[in-house]
Amino acid sequence: MTGQGANSRPSQAPLKSTKAPGEPDGVDTSPRVSDDVRQTTCYMCACRCGIDVYVSDNQIRYIQGNRDHPVNRGVLCGKGSAGIMQHYSPARLKKPLLRVGERGSGEFREIEWEEALSIATERLARIRDTDPKKLAFFTGRDQSQGLTGWWASRFGTPNYAAHGGFCSVNMAAGGLYSIGGSFWEFGEPDWEHTRYLLLFGVAEDHDSNPIKIGLGRLKERGAKVVGVNPCRTGYNAIADDWIGVRPGTDGLFALALVHELLRAGKVDLTYLAEYTNAPFLVIREPGAADDGLFVRDDSGTPLVWDRKRVAPAEIGAADLSPALTGAYTVNGRTCTPAFALLAERYLSETYSPDAVAETCGVAPATIRRVAAELAHAAFEQVVELPIAWTDARGRRHQTMRGRPVAMHAMRGISAHSNGFHTCRALHLLQTLLGTIDVPGGFRYKPPYPKPAPPQVKPAGKDGGTPNTPLDGPPLGFVAGPEDLLIDDDGRPVRIDKAFSWEAPLAAHGIMHMVIRNAWAGDPYPIDTLFMYMANMAWNSSMNTSETIAMLTERDAEGEYRIPFIIYSDAYYSETVAYADLVLPDTTYLERHDCISLLDRPISDAEGPADAIRHPVVEPDRDVRPFQSVLLDLGARLGLPGMVDEGGKPKYRDYADYMVNHERSPGIGPLAGWRGREGESHGRGEPNPDQLARYIANGGFWKHELPPDQSYYKMANRGYLDFAKKMGFVPAAEQIVLQLYSEPLQRFRLAGQGHGDVLPPEELRERLVTYFDPLPFWYEPLEQQAPDGAEFPLHAVTQRPMHMYHSWGGQNAWLRQITSQNRLFVNRATAARLGIADDDWVWIESRQARVRGQVRLVDGVNPDTVWTWNAIAKRRGAWMLKEDAGEYEKSFLLNHAIAELLPSEESGYRFSNSDPVTGQAAWFDLKVRIRPCAPEEAGHGAPQFEPIKPPPDPETPPHTLRYGVRFRTMREKAE
Amino acid sequence: MTSLPGKTEKSLGLVIDLDTCVGCHACVTSCKEWNTGGHMAPLTDFDPYGGAPDGTWFNRVHTYEQSCGEGGRTVNFPRSCLHCETPACVTVCPTGASYKRSSDGIVLVDEDKCIGCQLCAWACPYGARDFDFDVGVMKKCTLCVDRIYNENLDEVDRVPACVAACPTGARHFGDLGDPNSAVSQLVAERGGVDLMPDLGYNPVNKYLPPRAKTSAPTDAPAKELESVTAEGGFLGWVDRMLSEEAL
Repeated sequence: MTGQGANSRPSQAPLKSTKAPGEPDGVDTSPRVSDDVRQTTCYMCACRCGIDVYVSDNQIRYIQGNRDHPVNRGVLCGKGSAGIMQHYSPARLKKPLLRVGERGSGEFREIEWEEALSIATERLARIRDTDPKKLAFFTGRDQSQGLTGWWASRFGTPNYAAHGGFCSVNMAAGGLYSIGGSFWEFGEPDWEHTRYLLLFGVAEDHDSNPIKIGLGRLKERGAKVVGVNPCRTGYNAIADDWIGVRPGTDGLFALALVHELLRAGKVDLTYLAEYTNAPFLVIREPGAADDGLFVRDDSGTPLVWDRKRVAPAEIGAADLSPALTGAYTVNGRTCTPAFALLAERYLSETYSPDAVAETCGVAPATIRRVAAELAHAAFEQVVELPIAWTDARGRRHQTMRGRPVAMHAMRGISAHSNGFHTCRALHLLQTLLGTIDVPGGFRYKPPYPKPAPPQVKPAGKDGGTPNTPLDGPPLGFVAGPEDLLIDDDGRPVRIDKAFSWEAPLAAHGIMHMVIRNAWAGDPYPIDTLFMYMANMAWNSSMNTSETIAMLTERDAEGEYRIPFIIYSDAYYSETVAYADLVLPDTTYLERHDCISLLDRPISDAEGPADAIRHPVVEPDRDVRPFQSVLLDLGARLGLPGMVDEGGKPKYRDYADYMVNHERSPGIGPLAGWRGREGESHGRGEPNPDQLARYIANGGFWKHELPPDQSYYKMANRGYLDFAKKMGFVPAAEQIVLQLYSEPLQRFRLAGQGHGDVLPPEELRERLVTYFDPLPFWYEPLEQQAPDGAEFPLHAVTQRPMHMYHSWGGQNAWLRQITSQNRLFVNRATAARLGIADDDWVWIESRQARVRGQVRLVDGVNPDTVWTWNAIAKRRGAWMLKEDAGEYEKSFLLNHAIAELLPSEESGYRFSNSDPVTGQAAWFDLKVRIRPCAPEEAGHGAPQFEPIKPPPDPETPPHTLRYGVRFRTMREKAE
Repeated sequence: MTSLPGKTEKSLGLVIDLDTCVGCHACVTSCKEWNTGGHMAPLTDFDPYGGAPDGTWFNRVHTYEQSCGEGGRTVNFPRSCLHCETPACVTVCPTGASYKRSSDGIVLVDEDKCIGCQLCAWACPYGARDFDFDVGVMKKCTLCVDRIYNENLDEVDRVPACVAACPTGARHFGDLGDPNSAVSQLVAERGGVDLMPDLGYNPVNKYLPPRAKTSAPTDAPAKELESVTAEGGFLGWVDRMLSEEAL
């Protein structure tokens, strides 16, 4: 294919004639570039862009974006274009390592793979034979959760998750429980039709190239972009309007917009009646065991009030005129449509612009203006596409109508302890305007939408049984207390306490609590912590100083409190030093991967798509791709599904698994070219040539939806039938948007003492408060503590665009752009505190203090300070030189973030997480800053004992002449 | 001293949209990546893993805060050779190493003739030249002269690396000497500007200035929202609307 790509404007095209002019300067204008161009998938962050890798003499000459690829359409970000330096990093691990010194020292000896795998197998087999939950298997930003989750389930441990719990589970859960999709991963703005885009808490992140391409399009089309963010960098810098909101108050701001829109009647009542549960009748009998649940008929179908028939009716009945207001008595129960409850709440003065302005740090007039603009775009600029379609009830529509308001939100919303409700508030705002999956609005990416919430439940209620797989995946979506993973006494089953009363909707697990809980033996001690690609001994943990102490602390018998740690990484990261056994992974250019519809695919709104990675160069070290190692371990352990009848390994390696594994008959990791001849897509038997077909197609597969399926997917007959056929949804039924959340109400009822599964007394009030079936705003939990005034400033982080989501600060090119992080402070605030530009300051929180250097700026909320995250490195890690800025001058804010909240009256300390989902509340931090003593300036703090280099380290070069060999080769050829 | 060609046949250059640049550094690293193996290879890096990493780069992005109006603005500013019509970096060169091509107007350095005196770097007011201390040669943006005519690349790829990579599409390429070219028209439409025009070097590259910040939708002003009035307040209005729409 030779698509034109995103940058195909006439002003970006090659010259009309690309024939070289007859310039007599001897310049070779047509040098040979490479032997080969291999198309694979980038992994410099988690965005999964397609790349064309130019390989010359088995060396990487150049990496550019793949024009045909649905994610990046030919463009490539600053990280992707620096992939060469990641691939050739001196910090690459070279061989399996066995710890010989104290944990954390970095003293290892190199061992052979056979020894490494024997050690791991022996240990894991013993655990599986006795108490499989004593294995905690947690992975980082990997894209193989289809495999890793299945492996954990086959092993039989419920203690599995990936990094979502400390990243964006609030966005995933907030979206999936509300609209059956989510921002970023499972949806995107309609860049081609929207007139007005609101970005909430989107810094340089999630996702990279698609947002950048989209913003370029919006600018070109003259649409308006509004950035709601405490920091005016990146996307917010080019927004037409920057609203420097106070961190953690976006939900209140959004609900004030809802107030304004309701007050003015600028809500799409037709949309609400058709596509949402706004008309569902809610029981209003305070004190009853089913108060706040939907009125249902005998078959369990929710009822609405039909205004025409003046009678209750099943949802979905033909020719309905559902009421959105009023009070009714149905089946003897007093009830009212959910919409009436919603209107009552948000029309309250509590949510008026004047009431919220001070808390949000946004002027009432600004809130009113944004509301008016939203209404204007939604109701005065309706988009109507001439595409006929049929809805889920079989009604034919001649056009696709949409209200061109789109929103996108990410970690600035997610990383607060009120993020779940804030995310729901944003979806409420979108839904009231009628903008979910309509032209100009937010669009689902298949395989989404799914029923809200999806129907898969977390397995492992019994905590696992020796030598027995779980009866399902370890992660899922609870719909009520009966789905929780708790024991008979109501205590958590999982080491991270996910799906317990403390975090019932923890759909991605709670990785940031694993080390602490394992160390404390709360709820129980474990034997082995097995991690992959997660820097938990540094920038992926809160309270890093104490966390690394937990990894090295010994019990009364002198044994480590966390007895054994296995870690796989491609690089010499801080966490490597804390492992007992290190399994060295390959770089992204040396491996197979599948970016699967069973996990986190590369779909866009135009259709489902998945992709592969395949080796474009061979490793020159004794390293193995982690996923192949995991399958090898699984076979050695005899895990069901990973061995054949004779006990022999079922899969040669990950590539073999990608092709031949079937999750259910005909459905495997890759959807493209299934069937013996590659004749079918979605379902079909394994195709031995499948990977070759992917490679021939540029490394990916995509199904383009026909135009009449491309919007209204939640209620589009054609799309729903297709989704059912592909296995995306259990039934081809309309997916109803859940403005009012019944699962949340079920937990609230449990908190009120109703039902068979009841929470411990001390947790009931918490459930009643936070499991509100309608979105609400509350002050972030840490900030509710009484000593708030001592820590007046919010402190947040973001990653620079050239490093966002990437786990290699050792990149020789990128670190020339940023190798020291500053604390960005509002100029006026600094003046008040007597702090000047370039001063070194102490940043003090309730937990700890760190030291760094200040940079004054205007573009930040005056009550907020911020820094680039994860620039700071621990001395010795990542093979940087002694004087590197990352070691010497940078600071890690993580030390100042407590992983536990202040004590309850009982003395118990909850984790620093969202009480609904367990999402790590990184951005709730409050600090004070003060100038440090003159002798303290110039060095970041805290500092730690340096990690010793690995055996046989590669010495980083003083002078790097990358590329000179290509020139030499060209000159020789001449 | 090196002489300049008279009128060049073409004036190839870049147009950079400061309204759209988010400062992601994609142009910076894609340039580095192509060119470190390209015409002037390598783009040497000193102390790349140490305390003062400093390499040769043809293109860098600087981020500034500008105070204007409500709270000012943040501007990301990519900076590379502007391939001036009358560049001082060429006329100052004692050996003829620094030269402007008469065909397409690209300013290049002939490494064989460069004696490393660095007069050109002093003469260039835009800081667009990068001396490679490793080989004692001045290096600079070649406008990807080894891409734009390269018969070993697919035709569609024959654009500068930075233009192909830019994720927001903020970079444009073409003949700015041709008033009918797409880039010239873009410059005309958007009021593209020269950097420091009073210095008289007549840069070929143009910058499109950031648009004015708006506190209204970009096409039509939104009317302030008025409360609905109906018997029964908001819910009464809902009932009336539903009746009218006869759902």
